[in-house]
Amino acid sequence: MTATTVTAERERRRRAVRPGARRRRLGRALLYVAAVLLSLWVLAPLYLITVTAFTPRDHAFDFPKPVIPTHVSGGTVDFFARSSGVLGALGTSVVVAVITLGISTALGAPAGYALARHAFRGRSAYRLAILSTRAFPIVILAIPLAVTFITWGIFDTLLGVALMHTALALPFTVLVTSSIFVTVPKELEEAARTLGCTAVGAFTRIVLPMALPGLAAAAIFTWELSWNEVFAATILTLDHPTLPALVVNTLQGASLPFRFAAAWFMLAPALAGIFLIRRYLLGLWSRVGH
Amino acid sequence: MLPSLAFLAVFFAVPMFQAFGLALQAPDGTGYSLDAVRQMLSDGAFTRALGTTLLLMVAIVPVQFVIALGMAMVVNARLKGADLWLYVFALPLGISELASGIVWFSIFTEQGWLNSVLQQLGLTHQSIVFLDYQRPWLVLATIVVAEAWRATAIIMVILVSGLQGIPRDFVEAADVFGASVWQRLRHVVLPLLKPSIRVALILRTILALQVFATVVALAGGTTTVLANEAYRWYYRLRDARVAAAYASLVLLLSLVSTVGYLVTIRGDEEQLG
Repeated sequence: MTATTVTAERERRRRAVRPGARRRRLGRALLYVAAVLLSLWVLAPLYLITVTAFTPRDHAFDFPKPVIPTHVSGGTVDFFARSSGVLGALGTSVVVAVITLGISTALGAPAGYALARHAFRGRSAYRLAILSTRAFPIVILAIPLAVTFITWGIFDTLLGVALMHTALALPFTVLVTSSIFVTVPKELEEAARTLGCTAVGAFTRIVLPMALPGLAAAAIFTWELSWNEVFAATILTLDHPTLPALVVNTLQGASLPFRFAAAWFMLAPALAGIFLIRRYLLGLWSRVGH
Repeated sequence: MLPSLAFLAVFFAVPMFQAFGLALQAPDGTGYSLDAVRQMLSDGAFTRALGTTLLLMVAIVPVQFVIALGMAMVVNARLKGADLWLYVFALPLGISELASGIVWFSIFTEQGWLNSVLQQLGLTHQSIVFLDYQRPWLVLATIVVAEAWRATAIIMVILVSGLQGIPRDFVEAADVFGASVWQRLRHVVLPLLKPSIRVALILRTILALQVFATVVALAGGTTTVLANEAYRWYYRLRDARVAAAYASLVLLLSLVSTVGYLVTIRGDEEQLG
């Protein structure tokens, strides 16, 4: 018997002892194939829009388009940014998102803290009320709100859009901050109190630093919620649209390079944000069930 | 606590009733009438918008579910670089409906990426018109693809956190008793995943009801859905009452679908949180 047949025999016996091993290895290989295919499904369109957005305008109508770009320039994105109204809309979008973040944190974070720390009467009723808002398409409420905002004089203002976006973001803020505060051990806070900290001191010196990374991640996500929202922003504005509202209103008459650059322009900061908070994504959603 | 409730009362509960009130308002602003509702129902675009919305809902939800379950199982299998797969799959969480519509427009348009690739591979010799307004089915399919690409991440994340709550022993026990992959999925994993599945279904259906910008970007006004009609009546035709009638219809549909899911997929109520 040669050495190779001995090894082969050994291998055959090893497999005979563990019949499931081969099947399992095959299963893992299939999982890797699935993982790669699913990643391609997510990433390929992002790659293509990036290539399109950075193709110079005089090559925009080349066909067939080369998958590996032959001409690269920032000209198209630059042309989009200089188009009339874009810079103003960009500013509006940023400010609306910041106001949204401000109001929803100011109103939502204390509620989230109370929900995490105190057992009070009506706690579960409150929780249910917050959760039930998620079972409705909130943005559609922009239509009755537009009528109200006209009488209040805040139609077509940054504040109006921000208030609508806060209604969208607030339930998320309450539930997420509550799930973040739950992870900070109550004992640490109590220990600080017994060592002479005031309630506020214990919060700012113990709870806040521990909760901060999670809170920052939640803040970035809230900001993106507003940055990405199209429908309500379109209904609630006229002369002062946010960036998505401007793009959706001008889309039909716009040139192809304008559209593609617009898409990339809206995508890039949002994807950068998601990448920043990648470690917190599961935590943010696991107890919220968005 | 109270401020947040007050805010939601003013900007969520009140407008909800206002939507119905506005839809039922008489044209002269005094008293109630079914005038706006009648106007909505007799509008030529109504049946198409309702039909397309319901069709989208029915088509998108299962497609997304299968993809999301696949992604969740890949993440949960703890392959090498498990975190990396999760980050990649979760990226679309940051993609807006409008951006996603334009991205897929760049792929499906006549001189777009899909035709480029098909011709470079020699599979076709002439460009195929995917966004052919004579073939609404094809346009609808592109909307389903775009929505599946964008909004699957949310379902995936919910399912992954659901899967992580299932003790590994359960699945391993089933494996020891000789259950195949499919049997394990069907009889062990899916039943335990029920609460997550229910949350995911409710949220996904509501997202499908408010699809708007994807349709604008891909169909360019030739195919329409309920949210687009609400937008058209409010923004272009300046009739808030008919727009509110559409808004009320969307609200009612979301209520019906949520109650439907709660009744058909029973489980621990607290799990909604």
